[in-house]
Amino acid sequence: MEFITDVVEFFATASNWTGSTGIIERTLDHVGLSALSMAVAVTIAVPPALYLGHTGRGGFLAVSVVNIGRAVPSFAILALALPISINLGLGLGFWPTFLALVALALPPMFTNTLTSIGEVDASTVEAARGMGMTEAEILRRIEIPIASPVILAAVRVAAVQVVATATLGALVAWGGLGRYIVDGFSQRDNVEVFVGGLLVALLAIATEAFFSAVERRVVPAGLTRPSDIRAEVQLRGQVPV
Amino acid sequence: MIVAQLEGQPLVRWDWVFDHLDDIWNATAEHLALTGIALGLGLLISVGLSLLARRYRKTYTPITWVTGILYTIPSLALFSILVPITGLSIVTAEVGLVSYTLLILIRNIVAGLDGVSPAIREAAEGMGYTPRKILLEIEIPLALPVIIAGIRIASVTTIGLVTVAAIIGKGGLGFFILQGLRRFFTTEIVVGAVGSVVLAVVIDLSLVMIERALTPWARAKVTL
Repeated sequence: MEFITDVVEFFATASNWTGSTGIIERTLDHVGLSALSMAVAVTIAVPPALYLGHTGRGGFLAVSVVNIGRAVPSFAILALALPISINLGLGLGFWPTFLALVALALPPMFTNTLTSIGEVDASTVEAARGMGMTEAEILRRIEIPIASPVILAAVRVAAVQVVATATLGALVAWGGLGRYIVDGFSQRDNVEVFVGGLLVALLAIATEAFFSAVERRVVPAGLTRPSDIRAEVQLRGQVPV
Repeated sequence: MIVAQLEGQPLVRWDWVFDHLDDIWNATAEHLALTGIALGLGLLISVGLSLLARRYRKTYTPITWVTGILYTIPSLALFSILVPITGLSIVTAEVGLVSYTLLILIRNIVAGLDGVSPAIREAAEGMGYTPRKILLEIEIPLALPVIIAGIRIASVTTIGLVTVAAIIGKGGLGFFILQGLRRFFTTEIVVGAVGSVVLAVVIDLSLVMIERALTPWARAKVTL
């Protein structure tokens, strides 16, 4: 019982919210780095996947990327990013976390974009070609909209994985919400550990909800089913973090 | 100072590895035990919930919804939430690890059982099979490739997640990763990371062989 009142007290104390170690600042750091990593990862993963999917190549690559992505734990990616970052002269904290998050977000987005574009019904693409569409038009106006439920689901999955793994950044001296957990463990302060866990869990669920809402808005009406579209989407390479 | 310590360090100091083969072996055994318990319990719960979902269709959506939320919660966050309740114990680790297997296993068990052709089921009914016999002797064997595909994914992801449990002191090979981070010692990080990947690949290949032995009539299409 005392534990619960301690947790409530933590949230009720104004100084725990403000300042450089406050909840607000750390949440913003956490979201900021996650968003930056996602932006970079989307830029790296999606264009080549669109191209390969459109030309019908890279199937083997798609499968391999996802299998490797699944077998290498995110914690290992983060830990290995540390010596890499330091040997590149980039130091601790931000860079190893950023590098790990980008590397982690690539496989699900690359593979699902590639396969979903590749799986667009060939006769639909033929019909578009017959109507005189250029290859770029086919990709932009036919393939991407049809594949959009899967692509967006992959972005959502990657984003949740990134937010989750950003927590581990505290182990390589980065900030974010993981600090509460890591510092709490080293100080044997269960209240801080619990608060950190709660905030990270809420942020992950909020990320999931946010991207689900984006999916519902962006996916063309003709492609959504009356039932939840997410049930229809078979994603490859989704891993819990 | 710390940076200089890591800079120019060889990727793997083999003398350290040979000096610590015992520790590596013990960590690997712990890693396997944690994974095995999680999969065993996860499978038990998943089979129960899958049968429930097939009996009462309406329960399938809430079951996948709840297990989906569990799946979304980051493991480190879940461990942190559980520590005040169950402490730095194997229970904390297993509650987390089991909960991540559920979504994958339930989806594959239900999909596998649903994939059995109704004609086969009817033929079995016509031959006088009871529902229980149909499930055990017809449906489960035919669904086995899809179910094992689920077990493969669940085991590979669990092996990865066990490393995170190092932070609550139950991490198998993850212990080396954490220790390597704390001491800025690349060799330990590499041993933990590579060990965990090798373990995942070995377990995955063993499951493929088990599947081949159990279902000689089928070469299943593996769902990614």
